Amino acid sequence: MLTEELVKWRNLARERAVEYGLDFYEVIYEVVSDHEMNELASLGGFPQRYPHWRFGMEYDRLSKSYAYGLSKIYEMVINTDPCYAYLMSSNSLLEQKLVMAHVYGHADFFKNNVYFSHTNRRMLDQMANHGVRIRKIQERYGVEPVEEFIDCCLSLENLIDHHAAAIKRKRDPKAPEKDIYAATAKESPKLKAKNYMDKFINPIEYVKEQEAKIEEQRLVEERFPDLTDRDVLGYLLQNAQLNPWQQEVLSIIRDEAYYFAPQAQTKIMNEGWASYWHTKIMTKHLLTDAEVIDYACVHSGTVATQPGSLNPYKLGLELFRNIEERWDKGQYGRDWEECDDYIAKARWDKKTGKGRDKIFEVRKLYNDITFIDTFMTEDFCREHKMFTFAFNDRSGQHEIQSREFSQVKQQLLTSLTNFGQPLIEVVDSNFENRGELLLRHTFDGRELKLDMADLTLINLAKVWGRPVNIATAVEGKPILITCNGEEVKSKPLS
Amino acid sequence: MSGIKRDHGRFKDIVRGRIRKNLKNFISQGEMIARQGKDGKVSIPMPQIRLPKFIFGDNKKGGVAQGEGNEGDPVKGMQEQPGQGEAGQGEGQHELEVEVSLEELAEMLGEELELPKIEPKGAKEVTTKNYKYSGINKFGPQSLRHYKRTYKEALKRQISSGVYNPEKPVIIPIKSDFRFRGWAESPRPQTNAVIIYIMDVSGSMGDVQKDIVRNEAFLIDTWLRSQYKDIERRYIIHDATAKEVDQDTFYRTRESGGTLISSAYKLLVDMVTKDYAASEWNIYPFHFSDGDNWSTEDTKVCLDMLREQVLPVVNQFSYGQVESRYGSGQFFKDLIEAFNQNEKLVASRIPDREGIYDSIKQFLGAGR
Repeated sequence: MLTEELVKWRNLARERAVEYGLDFYEVIYEVVSDHEMNELASLGGFPQRYPHWRFGMEYDRLSKSYAYGLSKIYEMVINTDPCYAYLMSSNSLLEQKLVMAHVYGHADFFKNNVYFSHTNRRMLDQMANHGVRIRKIQERYGVEPVEEFIDCCLSLENLIDHHAAAIKRKRDPKAPEKDIYAATAKESPKLKAKNYMDKFINPIEYVKEQEAKIEEQRLVEERFPDLTDRDVLGYLLQNAQLNPWQQEVLSIIRDEAYYFAPQAQTKIMNEGWASYWHTKIMTKHLLTDAEVIDYACVHSGTVATQPGSLNPYKLGLELFRNIEERWDKGQYGRDWEECDDYIAKARWDKKTGKGRDKIFEVRKLYNDITFIDTFMTEDFCREHKMFTFAFNDRSGQHEIQSREFSQVKQQLLTSLTNFGQPLIEVVDSNFENRGELLLRHTFDGRELKLDMADLTLINLAKVWGRPVNIATAVEGKPILITCNGEEVKSKPLS
Repeated sequence: MSGIKRDHGRFKDIVRGRIRKNLKNFISQGEMIARQGKDGKVSIPMPQIRLPKFIFGDNKKGGVAQGEGNEGDPVKGMQEQPGQGEAGQGEGQHELEVEVSLEELAEMLGEELELPKIEPKGAKEVTTKNYKYSGINKFGPQSLRHYKRTYKEALKRQISSGVYNPEKPVIIPIKSDFRFRGWAESPRPQTNAVIIYIMDVSGSMGDVQKDIVRNEAFLIDTWLRSQYKDIERRYIIHDATAKEVDQDTFYRTRESGGTLISSAYKLLVDMVTKDYAASEWNIYPFHFSDGDNWSTEDTKVCLDMLREQVLPVVNQFSYGQVESRYGSGQFFKDLIEAFNQNEKLVASRIPDREGIYDSIKQFLGAGR
């Protein structure tokens, strides 16, 4: 429940947001105590989740750091229809105003950004259902075995296909089966012979025998899946030997992983967009004269940069502003790109005035990677003093490596690719014709953390039910790590 | 019970090793490390269970940031130790630094490690009287008048008798409203405690090992100080010979050369017989070493000395073996072999900084 005062400011903020063209599902604000906030935050914003110690761990961390005054959560908003937003009761009035304006930005982003389009807007119910289902399973099969299985699934949680919603990778099961082995089939079983000798050199029995052999060989070599599959969780769900309850658990974990994926995929944009709108609405409309200094203080807190990391609020906000300015002044397109005159460029203003339209379009169609790839320019990089750094073993400290635009951008994009997670896909589920699962890590110069990989394989083997393998590389040399369920071995791959 | 309470309880049970023992390997305890000095900062342990996942190793650690500086300059304000954090995947730090007082630290230590309160031994006859203002009396001298309670009583009386007018809140206490602080006298057994730290400073004890000892000693100190009113501390360092030093030297000295543990134990025995009568003192020797003794004969001398002269008089003898690359760690095995049955001797291995936590629990967990 909001106080009368807050209702007044909410209505004002909402009115302005709508005037600016923000378009959102109705936002329901709840003022919550610190305990409630820590609880909600540890549950990912949903009051009803399935029982699991990991939420307790998050709660432990959040409540300790709140108790010792190290961090405080101002607000939390979840992607549902209607959109729920929780406001911390200890916020000052100014903070509540700022946060409400900020939330309208998020709500608009959730509704309109294309990467969120597949998410279930009734997730509140769905999460509660997941909770009920897992509790029922636990009642029937025991808390520990179910929790252990959940742990195994969570261990594989990051192995999903982040673009699954947008791209159809699998063949349509209804489409006529194409014989992709046609090439093999064409291979003639006959020995080479002149026409007139053929029936002597290749008697019918021999040809049949050979054909059978080829067919047998084909079956041995046949791979399943026939295309690699990045949605490892989905693949396991369909093909691993699981009990019905295990299948249910796995499918719940997978559903939730896909629900949360776009938020990680658009962190910079989402925070940047919300910050853009809280600044606009606050400074143009909601701020009273007496609040200016306090506002500046709170706002600069949210966009402050920590040494050695980028602040997504700051980066996103500045990029949106930069885009708006460039499209307002017409600093895009061929003329602009080809202009070499420094002074002309500095004075460039064609009064195109398309900035606002452009940023709305960007918030609809881009994710963090494409956003940075498309709009981060050399000027921007220089203006914001961006650099890459690396750890220097010799001096024992992190050192600035380069301020070169291409390197900064490359590093940034690399770190965002696949959420900074290694790219891993299912290649074969009948590896070596023994029903073993083979995953492949696409090696891009960054190695897997091997001790972790071993432990993950053990969990994967528990789900798959047969030995599992992963092909990766160590020190540039390809290796195969195999786990038979208990032991993990690795050998070089030729 | 609300969901999160259940989850939280379950998490704590896992961390404490009560259930789901197979998760033990994934728990990082986090350390409660205090920086000595005026600032009194302490890292709060934040136990985290990290389920294994396919993630990148740290062979390409680095990232993008913004700020001033030229190429090759160190990044200002970044933590210098790379080993501790995660591989820059935004997993977040597990240790948080806050400022706390020593009392708070001891309290946290006790809570986190579930340390039992110590039952002091000692001369029960030797008691001191302790006065404490602990209660409220209806009578007493004006100097001990308790304003707040008095006015509260007056307010209560006025409201119940209908005299109180919220528009014009005047409260006048009458005699029966007055409340005074009362004191209670409690006899308190005089307990004396002494901690004797012994450290091996031979060549094989490097800076890392010393750092571990320093942190562990500080935390032990904090805990024992919260348990005893006054506590004395003595410091002994030894390589082939032993000497008593002050605290500062204790932590700084680095000698080289061989190790004769018996030299230190001899000094310990002398110290105890001279200054600390076993009937009146709670004696806690802590010995930190990398477990490399000069010879088996000397080890035998040590064991005899411990058995006959040290263990009978101390509350507990604690031996902490800091693992080092050069130490053989033989002394630990010898001790365990010789004193397996004796609960007054606690030996613990401290493989690294994270081990401090477990080691303290071993040392102080018995509550002796």
